[in-house]
Amino acid sequence: MKLNHKDLLGLEYLLKNEIELILKTAKPFKELFTRTVKKVPTLRGKTVVLLFYEPSTRTRTSFELAAKRLSADTVNIAVSTSAVVKGESLIDTARTIEAMKADFVVVRHSMSGSASMIAKTISASVVNAGDGMHEHPTQGLLDMFTILEKKGKIKGLNIAIVGDILHSRVARSNIWGLNKLGANVFVVGPATLIPKDIEKLNVKVHYDISKIIRKLDVINILRIQKERQEQHLFPSLEEYSELFGINSEKLKNAKNDILIMHPGPMNRGIEISSEVADSKNSVITEQVTNGIAVRMAVLYLLAGGDGGECESFNS
Amino acid sequence: MNLLILNGTVCDPANKFYKKADVLVENGKIVKIGQLKEARSKKQEARIIDATGKIVVPGLIDIHTHLREPGHSDEETIASGTKSAAAGGFTTIFAMPNTHPPVDSVTGVKFVLMTAMHEGIVNVLPVGAITKGQKGEELAEIGKMRNAGIVAISDDGKPVMNANIMRRALEYSKMFDLYVISHCEDTNLTKDGEMNEGYISTVLGLKGIPRQAEEIMVARDIALAELTGGYLHIAHVSTAGSVELVRVAKKHGIKVSVEVTPHHFSLTDEAIKKNSYNTNFKINPPLRTEDDIKALIYGLADGTIDCIASDHAPHLDEEKQQEFKVAPSGIIGLETTLPLVITNLVHKKVLTLSQAIKKLTSNPAKIFNLNKGTLSVGSDADITIIDLIKTKVIEKFYSKSKNSPFVGMKLTGFADTTIVAGKVVMTGGKIVSD
Repeated sequence: MKLNHKDLLGLEYLLKNEIELILKTAKPFKELFTRTVKKVPTLRGKTVVLLFYEPSTRTRTSFELAAKRLSADTVNIAVSTSAVVKGESLIDTARTIEAMKADFVVVRHSMSGSASMIAKTISASVVNAGDGMHEHPTQGLLDMFTILEKKGKIKGLNIAIVGDILHSRVARSNIWGLNKLGANVFVVGPATLIPKDIEKLNVKVHYDISKIIRKLDVINILRIQKERQEQHLFPSLEEYSELFGINSEKLKNAKNDILIMHPGPMNRGIEISSEVADSKNSVITEQVTNGIAVRMAVLYLLAGGDGGECESFNS
Repeated sequence: MNLLILNGTVCDPANKFYKKADVLVENGKIVKIGQLKEARSKKQEARIIDATGKIVVPGLIDIHTHLREPGHSDEETIASGTKSAAAGGFTTIFAMPNTHPPVDSVTGVKFVLMTAMHEGIVNVLPVGAITKGQKGEELAEIGKMRNAGIVAISDDGKPVMNANIMRRALEYSKMFDLYVISHCEDTNLTKDGEMNEGYISTVLGLKGIPRQAEEIMVARDIALAELTGGYLHIAHVSTAGSVELVRVAKKHGIKVSVEVTPHHFSLTDEAIKKNSYNTNFKINPPLRTEDDIKALIYGLADGTIDCIASDHAPHLDEEKQQEFKVAPSGIIGLETTLPLVITNLVHKKVLTLSQAIKKLTSNPAKIFNLNKGTLSVGSDADITIIDLIKTKVIEKFYSKSKNSPFVGMKLTGFADTTIVAGKVVMTGGKIVSD
């Protein structure tokens, strides 16, 4: 089976079986990492441009390794978005990259819709590596891959996303993807950071995780940013941490095998305690490994690769 | 030159006139309306316009146009903006003062009037700023601007956030019977806002603008109009709540009038999603929801909403073709207002043709005390001839800018001929060059 899309802009736009195809395709790529030669010639001769308008060591490195392990050539373009230096417009930059005959553009940008804007402008495949508060589809995919690997299924699991849902592209991609695969999704956070009408995305909203902790199979903890306090969204990081930070105390009624996830980078002691981050339930470092495999699968499939027969995960 | 408009259906709501009639124009004034057999027999003396099958209405008035001159002649000029107006059937337009520099003094008012006289092809009536530099801090010289020819005051584009300044503006302008056109927006609630706050903004990850940001200011300004007895006109109303506030205020006898734009009753916030972040759908106030459209349409039908105005806001392609967050708000509207009114209100039987024309002619004329908006004998021969059944896909504009969300849309009902003071400035959709 092939993925019939030019771009990957968000999980909203993928069908259930397309998500399953990507996750299934990622599996053999992950197995590759245990070998001494972690490289396949699949994308030899292809060029992947990593266009990053926001600094992100983690995601950029993950995409770069994914491309290199597929034998593609990579080019990094880091653009400053400071208002002081008014640079070239996004459209012009996209056209320039197009003229350089890139096959893939992986784009990270602080503003929602920018990946889609580039995708409409150029013929290369665009992979959204996070656009503003919109989506971060490969993060959603790697989170699902991790859950699937640990739990063997996604359907029917109770999964909570905790933190700043309003500003989180990770939350949105997870919500779309997890719902398509049949999970029960909860969002937990301060009322000021829960976006309007989020219930219409088929999630349940809670302001107190203790109310649902007993039934949760997975907690995905989002990074909280200090600037949200300056925007009057909560009174202090200390209060945030007390109410929403995940620590052993809050987990005392949780299932023994609850998975603790975090897209990184973590603010230890604020949204997650070190004890929880380093516990046996934490799969945070495995998420990083899985990220490379999932991104390899995405590049491979967007290049027209065949993911083989796709089985359903609904067991 | 004299004009004889033959065989049209004359629709003149101010005079409750709606029937087949001929119109005779001499020396820029309307001379006769009726079955003009006599005039027909001497028709060699007049230019004949055959309006068979068409509707003859008073020249349309747009009370909300941004002409961008001075300061942004790359986006629009008084010359190009008035061509756009004529193409859309408008014979009179209000020039909003948020130019660069803003029209906040007699000099600015004179500049607009002089430029319009030399380069404009329709009547341009300047609106003066409420406050100096539109900064919302000190009153502009409203009296002096009135004497120079302004028809209203407005800081449009921005609200007057300080309630005390707004109070004084309403109080002071009352002396001159000048309306204060209020752009209702609480900027603390709309800061960094990109679109209507709701399900769609949540899905798209765009910063939401709650309806209440508008409604709070509508309520405040109504309260201030009650306090001062001043004349309040609310620009581009976009929410169900705002319509209800105005309805109640009117019931209580407060002097308040209100306009709606065609885009607010034609499009919802879902269009931003369907058109994947196309910035030609980024407007302030933002496109709202089906429920709001229903309330706007109900408000139009029950008379709560007095006027329909374009909020014509030209922007360059390179400005609009940016990330949604940084692209400026606003769309052009002079050339799509009439077709949207006819397509979405008249043909859908929300309003009768007379009711619709009233909101584009005699209502604005009455509110702003203009000696226009009717076809009464003796009045200026500002006339628009409408083809109710002409269907066209929107593609080209006389405006210098092309930031319209309606490009590619098929609409029905267009201006066929535009006549300003007895002179044909547009016919068959084409501007008549001198």
